[in-house]
Amino acid sequence: MEKKVSHRKIVIITGAAASVMFSFCFAIVPFYSIICKATGINTSLPTSDLVNPASGENAHPVADLTREVTIQFVAEHNMGMPWDFYPKTKSVSVHPGQNAKVFFYAKNTTDKDMTVQAVPSITPSEAISHFHKIECFCFKQQSLKAHESKDMPLIFNVDKDLPKETRVITLAYTLFDTTPKASRKG
Amino acid sequence: MTHEHHDAHGHEHDHHGHEAPPHHSFKHGFLKWAGGWISTTNHKDIGTLYLMLSLLMLFYGGSMALLIRLQLFQPGARFFDPNFYNVLVTVHGLVMVFGVIMPAFVGLANWMVPMMIGAPDMALPRLNNWSFWILPFAFTILTISLFVAGGGPNFGWTLYAPLSTTYGPPSTDYLIVAIHLMGISSVLGAINIIATIINLRAPGMTWMKMPLFVWTWFITAFLLIGAMPVFAGVVTMLLFDRHFGTSFFNAAGGGDPVMYQHLFWFFGHPEVYIMILPAFGIISEVIPTFSRKRLFGYEFMVGAVAAIAFLSYVVWGHHMFTAGMALGTQFYFMYVTMLIAVPTGIKVFNWVATMWRGSLTFETPMLFAIAFVILFTIGGLSGLMLAIVPADYQYQDTYFVVAHFHYVLVAGALLSIFCAVYYWLPKWTGRYYNETLGKWHFWLTIIGVNMTFFPMHFLGLAGMPRRITDYAVQYTDFNMMCTIGAFIFGFSQLLFLYNVMATIFGKGKQADGRVWEGTHGLEWTLASPAPYHSFTKAPILRDVMHESDAKFEHLE
Repeated sequence: MEKKVSHRKIVIITGAAASVMFSFCFAIVPFYSIICKATGINTSLPTSDLVNPASGENAHPVADLTREVTIQFVAEHNMGMPWDFYPKTKSVSVHPGQNAKVFFYAKNTTDKDMTVQAVPSITPSEAISHFHKIECFCFKQQSLKAHESKDMPLIFNVDKDLPKETRVITLAYTLFDTTPKASRKG
Repeated sequence: MTHEHHDAHGHEHDHHGHEAPPHHSFKHGFLKWAGGWISTTNHKDIGTLYLMLSLLMLFYGGSMALLIRLQLFQPGARFFDPNFYNVLVTVHGLVMVFGVIMPAFVGLANWMVPMMIGAPDMALPRLNNWSFWILPFAFTILTISLFVAGGGPNFGWTLYAPLSTTYGPPSTDYLIVAIHLMGISSVLGAINIIATIINLRAPGMTWMKMPLFVWTWFITAFLLIGAMPVFAGVVTMLLFDRHFGTSFFNAAGGGDPVMYQHLFWFFGHPEVYIMILPAFGIISEVIPTFSRKRLFGYEFMVGAVAAIAFLSYVVWGHHMFTAGMALGTQFYFMYVTMLIAVPTGIKVFNWVATMWRGSLTFETPMLFAIAFVILFTIGGLSGLMLAIVPADYQYQDTYFVVAHFHYVLVAGALLSIFCAVYYWLPKWTGRYYNETLGKWHFWLTIIGVNMTFFPMHFLGLAGMPRRITDYAVQYTDFNMMCTIGAFIFGFSQLLFLYNVMATIFGKGKQADGRVWEGTHGLEWTLASPAPYHSFTKAPILRDVMHESDAKFEHLE
């Protein structure tokens, strides 16, 4: 029979492996955000193209009139957001390289002044790097007084390098309450 | 003289083994009995405890399943309110996975692994005692959670955030503690099995001579060590999110609920193989016995199990195709998932090849084994359908998924456990079970299982969503069929209960050491019932192997 390994050694090695896997679970958290940053999936970062104005040739692109892309708009509320918030146009068709302008309607339904931030996300993720915003309400926080409402503009284009098989892009905004805590209580 | 006589026949145990320990009867009073079972470090006692717990939990989780089917007998949700229905679905899943399938396999490992490798006991007997006795506490806490104000856990066995964080009832905390306990128990059990298999093999029992049941458990133990701590970690995160103000899974705080799904399924997919690999091992023991042939392609069987175990860690994304995933990632998970069909196919073909031109007899364990091969293949095929991304967009969260995982877990794992119990019960108790009752149990179970779960495929394809307490009228007929099947299946388990208990308490024909005509391997060289301490002296493997070689000579 081959040489025996001591029980103690096996317990230590396997026990250590189990602890490593337990810590691995927590180590995934930073790893996950690194992956999301590196691949550009995380569109809520301050540096993301989706929350900053397009510059250079993306702001004045060349149009590709041979095809059309449908852009769908979705508006969602983070938990407990009491505002009315929806796109005034559900979807538009655009040629790549052409600017389009749509409005989102927002109404503060509460008795308090509130500040919000809309965070965008795009499906499919392959379209993220081809979607450029000239102007967007999501570039900065929006404040509305009690019961005030507003049409918020969005000007964008998709560039002509968008993969041919992408025919529909969904742009979703989630509205987060960013009212400072002190005024929220008052 | 008697000693020599025994040794000459290769029965290596001494006579102390035959004395029943004081806790095996009430002769010495209740305290001795209870104390004995609580403090026992014997692998057979602990195996029995695991199997008994599993049997109890089978009826516990099974009753919940029947209540679920009762609610779904007709549209209209007329029996319980929707929240209680959700609680039933959640706890049924958790009890069946962590209370029935896993303890039953650990119990079988406790009983059989030392006997199959020629060891006197498990390597770490006290740890073994501890890993079992944690479990009753875990399931007590899980049961208490049902009665906590605010209702029991109601978010499905997957505990998806934010259902279990922001919207989770207070009982969620009980569930998290229960899961921690189950996790500790499984990991300790796995460590013990690894130590036993590495260190306590009899001289001559080389790696590639180990029975397949031992091999599958050796690999499963590594899956447990790799996967269970991840589950423990992710439910710890849930606990932090619920009470300590962290935002692991809360988007408003910079977290991501989809990360919960990634972490959960990184545990969850190896978990489903934890629940099926030992079943592969059991079937690979039973089919050769009743085919009176060697297992076809032993080396490939071992390799296939290892390949499946490896692949199980890299396919978790196929549970989340519709959760938002880049096209390339979907392709990757789709292809890798379909790759699992290759080693699994090797196993199915090898079982069929083992039966090919064998001298088959159809005792109850063999019937269950054959049913396993057929029904598990159906479950595997619907799994392949689910692996295909565009198709999965249709099947996701429908009864098709429910049909798929019940075919692999009930018709797969559970039937293999029945198979194992019938196969080894004469070895454990020294008596044969009642074969007629066994066959009745088999046929009623098979009819019940298929009647319950086969129509679910069609319900799912027709669009009936899972985890919904009510449904549209056009699904009524098939749902009624499912419910009737479920009650046939559920109540036929009473036959199993009676048959097993009657055998344990001394009914039935005496069994000899070999039990079945075509048996092979070390556990059959022991007397039936197996002595309290298996191999106090290491067995001479050469003699045993010689015997089985001689038996199969005509086939070489």
